[in-house]
Amino acid sequence: MSSQIFTHTFDNGLVLLAEPMESLESAAFTLRVPGGNAYEPADRAGLATLAQELAIRGCGSRNNRQFVEDLDNLGVERGESVFDSHASYSGATLARKLTPALEIFADLVQRPTLPDDELEACKMTVLQEISAIEDEPSQKVMLELRRQHFPDPWGRPSHGSEQGVVSTSIADIRQFVARTYQPRGAILGVAGRVDWDQLRCDVERLFGKWKAQPELTITERPAGDRVTHIAHESNQTQIGIAYPSVAYRDKDYFQAWGAVGVLSGGMSSRLFTEVREKRGLCYSVFASQTTLRDRGSVICYAGTSAERAQETLDVTLGELRRLKEGVLPEELARLRARMKSALVMQQESSSARSGSLVRDYYYLGAPRTMEETNRLVDGLTADSINAYLTANPPQQFTIVTLGSQPLKVDANAIS
Amino acid sequence: MRFLNHTLPNGLEVIAECNDEANTSAVGFFVKTGARDETDEVSGVSHFLEHMVFKGTPSRSAEDVNREFDEFGAHYNAYTSEEQTVYYAAVLPEYVRPTVELWADVLRPSLRTEDFTTEKQVILEEIKMYEDQPPFGGDDRIRATHFGKHPLGRSVLGTIDTVGALDVEQMRAYFQQRYSPDNIVLAAAGKIDFEDLVKTAERACGAWQRTDAGRVVERAVGQTGFECVHKEAATQEYVIQLADAPAVADDDRVAAKILTTIVGDDSGSRLYWELVDPGIAEHASLSHHEYFGSGVYITYLAQDPEYAEKNLQAVLAIYREVEKHGVTAQELSLAKNKLASRIVLGSEKPRGRLFVVGANWTYRREYRTVKDDLALVDSIQLDDITQVLKRYPLSKSTTLAIGPLKKLKAPK
Repeated sequence: MSSQIFTHTFDNGLVLLAEPMESLESAAFTLRVPGGNAYEPADRAGLATLAQELAIRGCGSRNNRQFVEDLDNLGVERGESVFDSHASYSGATLARKLTPALEIFADLVQRPTLPDDELEACKMTVLQEISAIEDEPSQKVMLELRRQHFPDPWGRPSHGSEQGVVSTSIADIRQFVARTYQPRGAILGVAGRVDWDQLRCDVERLFGKWKAQPELTITERPAGDRVTHIAHESNQTQIGIAYPSVAYRDKDYFQAWGAVGVLSGGMSSRLFTEVREKRGLCYSVFASQTTLRDRGSVICYAGTSAERAQETLDVTLGELRRLKEGVLPEELARLRARMKSALVMQQESSSARSGSLVRDYYYLGAPRTMEETNRLVDGLTADSINAYLTANPPQQFTIVTLGSQPLKVDANAIS
Repeated sequence: MRFLNHTLPNGLEVIAECNDEANTSAVGFFVKTGARDETDEVSGVSHFLEHMVFKGTPSRSAEDVNREFDEFGAHYNAYTSEEQTVYYAAVLPEYVRPTVELWADVLRPSLRTEDFTTEKQVILEEIKMYEDQPPFGGDDRIRATHFGKHPLGRSVLGTIDTVGALDVEQMRAYFQQRYSPDNIVLAAAGKIDFEDLVKTAERACGAWQRTDAGRVVERAVGQTGFECVHKEAATQEYVIQLADAPAVADDDRVAAKILTTIVGDDSGSRLYWELVDPGIAEHASLSHHEYFGSGVYITYLAQDPEYAEKNLQAVLAIYREVEKHGVTAQELSLAKNKLASRIVLGSEKPRGRLFVVGANWTYRREYRTVKDDLALVDSIQLDDITQVLKRYPLSKSTTLAIGPLKKLKAPK
């Protein structure tokens, strides 16, 4: 495994990252612009998603239909999403079609039409997404968990609220796009069969004249309640648990990652073994590390029948607390084996790599090769993880449940 | 890239697409058994058995099984469909042999009573989970209506009642009959030493007793009908339609794939422009699913209840229009470009190729390269689309709506 990542920052602030992958026929890109929902005014929840919905409905000389047809013609498998910090546009196709695809997205971020007459359709689309979440209890509980656990604006759901969507005007969207679809804070990651020199020239030509706007700022508000129950008519009770951890850029990140991996990486991990395998309490249970730029959290989920929900919550919290007693070298060895194969597998997917390039850059401020990740994982020992856990035991849980009955949460869990 | 195959004396087939350039490998045991091979009494047993396979063998406990897969760094799982149960893993090349040995061992499971009782709870939780999610069991219900008494009408998960009533002896008998080596293909893709793979299979599976599983395949003739199921707790209205379509061995199955891309792909299709783009449906898609001897077109709609009736009418109008006038040359060319790109992107990983190579062999006993598939897509003409629509019209379907609506008018 050997990889090289090229980086260039253009005068306007746009960062270009590229990782050539010679064995592939494809190339993929991920373009993040700072149009994330953290920059929405509090009474316009959903503005960032509406802006994205409208941005894909015409750009440059293309109308809504031409935009989709041009990308289909290039065979671009595309995806859009809104995060707290960014709006993201990604695509993958045959390598020789990458530049024409980037041309379209260069238009999208610099010259979106934002057609007034499409706004109603965009609103209906987002309102339907909001309604659909009411039918997805596991998604609903995790969205509420994020909202309660993180200080605002970091826990906002991307689709916003019904009220926010209805209140948003075309002027709000145009102003938001003018402010946030800008090169300062934008990152373009490309992976696959690409030539760096050529790519850099193409990106300079396509994005070089993009004009920078003033830097964006965020004001935080305190996090929500530590224990929340949502009444919901369903067979199962959904349980979401979060607790503080460290950020991706923290020197201890991989210690925390190792600890969560022992909890929930692979089917021999503790949560799967104790909650599902030994007790048969649920079909799905997991924990994962999640990060902001300057802090991190662990997020856990379990879904089970109402009558077994209390036991599931108790056993899950028990496993989280037991972590501080330490992990075993053999648990770490399994985790390392899974990580090593996952890294090699990531080298077979241009899409996966382009996404990682951009995420690493945003969270670390610099790219990270897979060799470096490998080295960091190799540096872990059970002792180093245990030292981290002694200093940072899982505690101060935020708990959200959804179902017919609230559950009992012992006061120690949230203190 | 080479394709190789070998059959063991007990009937187990070993096939592989060997790519010396690859850095990873994927292996899978494809067992030709699923919901269509069950009876009413054991509905759900194939899927339950798939879970029980992970519960250990005479020489391994359930914890050993999970631990060993993780020690190999394997990315592994299993799934059960109407007609297949597939156990697969993606690993680094040096772990192919131990991974195949481990799968081979667990595929002769102990099926211990105590594990059966615990795992039954997990299956019941899985059923309850799906009952809480769209389309709230509507998919099983319409399958039963559309296929009637035909085995493809059976539910993969089974119900709380059928799974609840299953006993371990019934599962043992089903296993004995269905997991015969002549009913199993070991497939591999990526970096594979074929000679070593065959030797490993001989060592690990050579003693498996053949019981001649077999399966009688009759072509299903789909019913037509319309049903509206009231689900008070739902917010959106969900509609599913099933219509007869080409089967795995039918020549017009590729034309059907292109047709459904044009009419009902997630983006840029006729359903997309009519329903999703204006925001009157949250989701609208048409896809083609193929089985032995039968196939179905599946239409899936999700929307605010107030738009359901209008949307259903619009879908019918779109289907009638395409049946009457076919598709345009421009639509055909767009769809071919889309599919070609998907074929290439999907083939870059050995774990992507595994399922394509495995399905081609188990369904059609053929090996096709990526180039063969690209050429096949490229060969489809406007007339092929017209022909498949004539044989399998989209509008002759069974419909089920489930959601807050108590009544819904059938489109005319």
